[in-house]
Amino acid sequence: MDYTMKISSSPHIRDKETTTNIMGKVIVALMPATIFGVYNFGIDALVTIIITVLSCVVFEAGYQKMFGLKVTIKDLSAVLTGLLLALNLPPDVPFWLPIIGSFFAIIVVKQLFGGLGQNFMNPALGARCFLLISFTGRMTTFTYDAVTTATPLAELKAGESVDVLSMAIGTIPGTIGETSAIALIFGGLFLIVTKVIDFKIPIFYIGSFAIFIVIYSLAMDRGFDLTFLLAHLFGGGLMLGAFFMATDYVTSPITPMGRIIFGLLLGLLTFLFRIYGGSAEGVSYAIIIGNLLVPLIERVTVPKSFGKGAVKHE
Amino acid sequence: MGLLTFSGGIHPYDGKELSKDKAITVYLPKGDAVYPLSQHIGAPANPIVKKGDKVLVGQKIAEAGGFVSANIHSGVSGTVKTIEPRMTVSGNKVNSIVIENDGLFEELDFSKNIKPLDEMYREDVKEAIKEAGIVGMGGAGFPTHVKLSPKNEDAIDTIIVNGAECEPYLTSDYRRMLEVPEKIVTGLQIVVNLFDNAKGIIAIEDNKPDAIKKLRELTKDMENITVNAVKTKYPQGAERQLIYANTGRQINSSMLPADAGCIVHNIDTIVAIYNAIIEGRPLYERIVTVTGDAVKDTANFNVRLGTNAQELIDAVGGFNIEDPGKIISGGPMMGKAMFTLDVPMVKGSSALLCFREDIVSAVEPSNCIRCGRCVEVCPGRVMPNQLATLAEHGDIDGFLKYDGMECCECGCCSFVCPAKRHLTQIIAGTRKQVLANRKK
Repeated sequence: MDYTMKISSSPHIRDKETTTNIMGKVIVALMPATIFGVYNFGIDALVTIIITVLSCVVFEAGYQKMFGLKVTIKDLSAVLTGLLLALNLPPDVPFWLPIIGSFFAIIVVKQLFGGLGQNFMNPALGARCFLLISFTGRMTTFTYDAVTTATPLAELKAGESVDVLSMAIGTIPGTIGETSAIALIFGGLFLIVTKVIDFKIPIFYIGSFAIFIVIYSLAMDRGFDLTFLLAHLFGGGLMLGAFFMATDYVTSPITPMGRIIFGLLLGLLTFLFRIYGGSAEGVSYAIIIGNLLVPLIERVTVPKSFGKGAVKHE
Repeated sequence: MGLLTFSGGIHPYDGKELSKDKAITVYLPKGDAVYPLSQHIGAPANPIVKKGDKVLVGQKIAEAGGFVSANIHSGVSGTVKTIEPRMTVSGNKVNSIVIENDGLFEELDFSKNIKPLDEMYREDVKEAIKEAGIVGMGGAGFPTHVKLSPKNEDAIDTIIVNGAECEPYLTSDYRRMLEVPEKIVTGLQIVVNLFDNAKGIIAIEDNKPDAIKKLRELTKDMENITVNAVKTKYPQGAERQLIYANTGRQINSSMLPADAGCIVHNIDTIVAIYNAIIEGRPLYERIVTVTGDAVKDTANFNVRLGTNAQELIDAVGGFNIEDPGKIISGGPMMGKAMFTLDVPMVKGSSALLCFREDIVSAVEPSNCIRCGRCVEVCPGRVMPNQLATLAEHGDIDGFLKYDGMECCECGCCSFVCPAKRHLTQIIAGTRKQVLANRKK
C-alpha cells in the first residue's frame, strides 16, 4: 500500500509556545499597569495608548509591504512595542508625538536593522530616549489633576519629602504606565511564574540598585533611610524597566551568567544616573547603554559545554 | 538529595499511556524477511549464504566484516531468495539478504550453544556475545562485544543498564522490565562479572514506579547491583546524561563512556545477552512498540528481525485514517521519518510511531527572538541559537569554537523554540559536514 506521509528531520514534535503567545502574555502582564494608567490619568492616557499602538502596527505593516517582506504584525511584537512606548509617555502629549516615537521605534530601531530579533536596542526605549532628547519640554512636563507638577523622583532629588504609599499604589504624576509599582510588580511576577522571563535580570537589577542606594545613604550619613530607598524603588521607571524593558529578549543576554552581569550593570548605571546625573530619571538610559553592551557580555559568558575539560576516570 | 538528573532537558507529552499496558505479544512474519548487511556501526557484514540456500531460525547468514561489525542471524526459516540492495529506514538502499519465509519457523538446536556459566572464561562470554551478533539496541547499533572490550578493563567500575526510556511514546523497555526482570538482572550480572571492579546500576525514570519496584525486589540481596530512580525528563536516557546522573562524571563528545569508567547498555541489549549466554540463542528478535494516534490499536510486539514494517501496522488493524501524516521509526525526538513502510525491522528499530498529522510541516520558522529557551534546555550546555546562526552562515570555525560538536542532536532546542526554527536540523547538518571532513 502506498501512503504520502511527510518526512523531515527529527525532532517530530514541537512545544505549543509560539512567539505570538509570548508577546500576548507580556501584553497581558502589562494590563494591570495599563488599566491603572488610564484610571489614574483619564481619557488622555487611553487616547495616547491607542495612537501609539496603532501607529506602531501601521508603520510595521507599511514598511514590510513597501519592501515586499512578509507582514508580521500578527506576531503582536509591534503591538507590544507600541504599548510599551505609550506607557513610557506622559499621558497628555500631543497626538503627533507618539507617532514620531512609533516611527523611530519601528522603522529606525527595528526594521532598518532587520526586523524582529535584530534590533540592537529596545525599540520602545530607544524611541523614548529619542523623544526625550528631541522634545525635552513636552516629555518632562507632567500634569496631574490639571496641575503641572514634578514627579516624586524629581521632588526627592530636590530634597523634598515624598509619600511612599501613593508611589506604591501609583496615584502620582509620571508617564502612563510607570506610576503604579504594585501593578507592575504584579505583572512582572506573572511573567516570571509563567516562565516568559527569567527572574535573574529583574532580581539582580532591582537588588543591586537597592544595595547601591543603601550604601549611598549610609555613606552620606543618612543612616538606613527606608523612605529614601522605597521612593527610589517605586519611583520613576524602575519597575517598568526592570520587569518589562530590561527583560526584552532581543536586547538582553541569552546566557545565564550574562543575565546576572546585565542586571548588576543596570543597577549600577541607574544608581549613577539618578544620584549623580542631571535628571532625576535614569532607567531608560541605563537600559539602553546596557543593550549596547549585550554582545560583549554574551561573548565573555558563553556557558561551559557539558564535559568540557573532563578527565579520564582511571 | 533530590532525584538523579542532569541540567537542561524538556518535558514533552509522553504518550506512553497509549501502549504501556499492552503486554508483549510475539509477532511472526508472514512475508519475506529482509536483512540489511549494515544495521550496526562499523563495517557491513559479509553474507555466508547464497541464493537457494535453506536457512533455519537462528542460523548465521552473514558474518562480521571486521572487529567493529556484527554477525547477522535469520529470524525465519526458509530459502534465500536473493541478495540485493533494499530500502532501509535510513532512506538508503543497503545490500540485503532476502529470505523467502516458509512460515514454519524451524529453529536450529540452540542447546548445543549453551555452556554452564561457571565454566566460561570471560573471553568465552565475550566471544558468545560477538557470535550472537549483539549490538546496542537503543538505535545507534554499536557492536556490544566492542563496548565490552575497553582498553583499560580495570578502570571500568560501573555498568549502567539504561531503563530510562525517556523518548516519548516508547514502551518496549518498560514492558521488558515488567515482564522479564529476572533476565535483565541475570544479563547484567553476566556483564558485571566480566570486570574485576564493576558494579551494576539499573537506571529507570521515576514515571515507571512498578518497574523500579520489581527490579529492586529482585536485586535486594545483590550487593553489586543497585536500581536507581532517575528524574523523568528527556533526554535522561542519553548516554552522557545518564552517566552523569548516576555517577556525577562528565564526558564530552570526543570521549567514550569507558573514559568515565562506565559501560551503558540498553534494556533490550541486556536481554539479548541473557538469551545468548543462558539460552544459546543469537539475536534474531527485538521488541517494537507500534503506537501513535493514527493506528487502530497499539502493541508491543516481539518481532523477528527482518519483518516488514507494513506487516506490523496490519497486525494492529491498520491506520484509522486514510493517509497518516507522518510515520516515524523510533521515538518522536530522535526517530527517523519514514517515506515507505516497505522496510524491514532491524536491530535498532524500537518503534513505529504513526501520527495522523505532521506538526513539523505545519509550523513556519520565523526570526529568532533570542528568548534563550534553547540555551536553557540544552543538555550539552551549548548555545543552539548561536550554533544555528553560525551553521547557516557556513562559519565552521565559529561553529567549532562554540562547541558545536558537543551537540548530541537530542532535539530539545527545536522542540522548545517559539519561533519554530529547526535548530537541531541545522546544527546536525553542519556536524555531519565536520565529521565527514575529519574522515578525509
